[in-house]
Amino acid sequence: MPKLKVSNIYKIFNDGKSNVTALEDVSFEIEKGEFVVIVGPSGCGKTTLLNIVGGLDTASSGTVEVDGRQVTKPGGDRGMVFQSYSLFPWLSVLKNVEFGMKMRHIPKEQRLETARKYIGLVGLGEFENAMPDTLSGGMKQRVAIARTLANSPEVLLMDEPFGALDAQTRIVMQELLADVARTTESTVLFITHDIDEAILLGSRIIVMSNRPGKILDIIPVELSISRNRSALTNEEFLAIKRRIMDLLWKETL
Amino acid sequence: MNIEKNKKDYRLLSFIVFAILIAAWCIASYSGMVSKIFLPSPSDVLDAIVSGLKDGSLWENCWVSTKRVMIGWFWSAAVALPLGMLMALSKKFTAIIRPFIEFARYLPVVALVPLTLLYLGIDEAQKYTVIWLGTFFQLILMVCDTVSSVERNQVNAARTLDANKWQVYLYVILPASLPGLLDDFRLTIGWAWTYLVVAEMVAASSGLGYIILKSQRFLATDVIFMGLILIGLIGLLTDFLLRLLSGVLVPWYKRLGD
Repeated sequence: MPKLKVSNIYKIFNDGKSNVTALEDVSFEIEKGEFVVIVGPSGCGKTTLLNIVGGLDTASSGTVEVDGRQVTKPGGDRGMVFQSYSLFPWLSVLKNVEFGMKMRHIPKEQRLETARKYIGLVGLGEFENAMPDTLSGGMKQRVAIARTLANSPEVLLMDEPFGALDAQTRIVMQELLADVARTTESTVLFITHDIDEAILLGSRIIVMSNRPGKILDIIPVELSISRNRSALTNEEFLAIKRRIMDLLWKETL
Repeated sequence: MNIEKNKKDYRLLSFIVFAILIAAWCIASYSGMVSKIFLPSPSDVLDAIVSGLKDGSLWENCWVSTKRVMIGWFWSAAVALPLGMLMALSKKFTAIIRPFIEFARYLPVVALVPLTLLYLGIDEAQKYTVIWLGTFFQLILMVCDTVSSVERNQVNAARTLDANKWQVYLYVILPASLPGLLDDFRLTIGWAWTYLVVAEMVAASSGLGYIILKSQRFLATDVIFMGLILIGLIGLLTDFLLRLLSGVLVPWYKRLGD
């Protein structure tokens, strides 16, 4: 059974005059431990799709299943990391990471232990008492990732989490996320408009088109080289990039 | 080498502004440029304060007025806080209540005073009601706006971290809007003083508004100035205490310019 199963999702808005199709017949499956990236141009409905999977938005039709169980509301089984402004500024790093466990009434001792483990995993061990305001953008996103993982979600949903970061920090964060996802054996659905990021992170890439948002192709990423910044100029890497660009460019013209 | 200080102290500037005001007042009054009836000298006002302190009337009037403001404003906040929050979170409730609130908000409170006298007479409840009317309809909309401006991502993050509806209110929406709410409170307490004076000028036998009105009849401008200065000082003190409270309750909150 797939970890996450998305079947025949449609999202149709009515802007008062006519119907606009944002998502058209989107279906895919993710196996346990897989890292799947959705790549597509801005406005292709990929954020809407992720919000539907997360239960923050509703589909016009179609279903989302986690472990074969249909879900319609938000819940901790689908942890989300947003692009920005999602940390609670009145809580320290530690309290932020403990938040989900506190909501589930997990005993304090256990909460503390789990929170510290994930804060260490994202390399912020020395900052557990820092307030979010004093952290850099990259550090804030590390906290957001730790906070979501500490709540032990079945699937990790990430909405362009590195979109607001500068180029260097972005690469560092991509490598960190790849590491963390591997060690925690997380199942990840990751959204981006950055093709390099998609290839570096994804074991499969779902390429989406613009208006209506639908799946153009699902591309497996098999690289014989290790995935780090030097891969960006590798031939295998570039071949996949070319294939994705061709798909997207055809759409734009 | 210039080493940036963490926080510059601008208290001297605030002090200078007051010093200039008082100096100008001294020059205008002691030189005889302005008649005593229009502008009493600082020593006249000080005399009025001293005699008020001696016979105890000053404390009593300050206390009576402050108590009225606090009780009237407290009820306004106690009702506006839950209703304003509900307005921000429920479209249905907004549809029910908003048109009436907007209508009531534009009614000048002064024009409602005759009705409050007719319904409630001249006792304390009438004073509280005037203050309540003056602040409630503003405060409920301010609370609504403040709560609506909570980052949607913070609420969404909480919902995907297993927080149920009540946990979202308690652990996210309330703390996130607390700095804004404290500001709303600070502003409306100021307005409460305006409506207090309105209430006390119409029908009262004590309070700062009352002595200001009474002094006008006797051309006791020094006592009028005393009343004004006392209201201003109580205002400054209230503001100071609320800022202190902000520092304790929401130390994480940074304003532009902090």
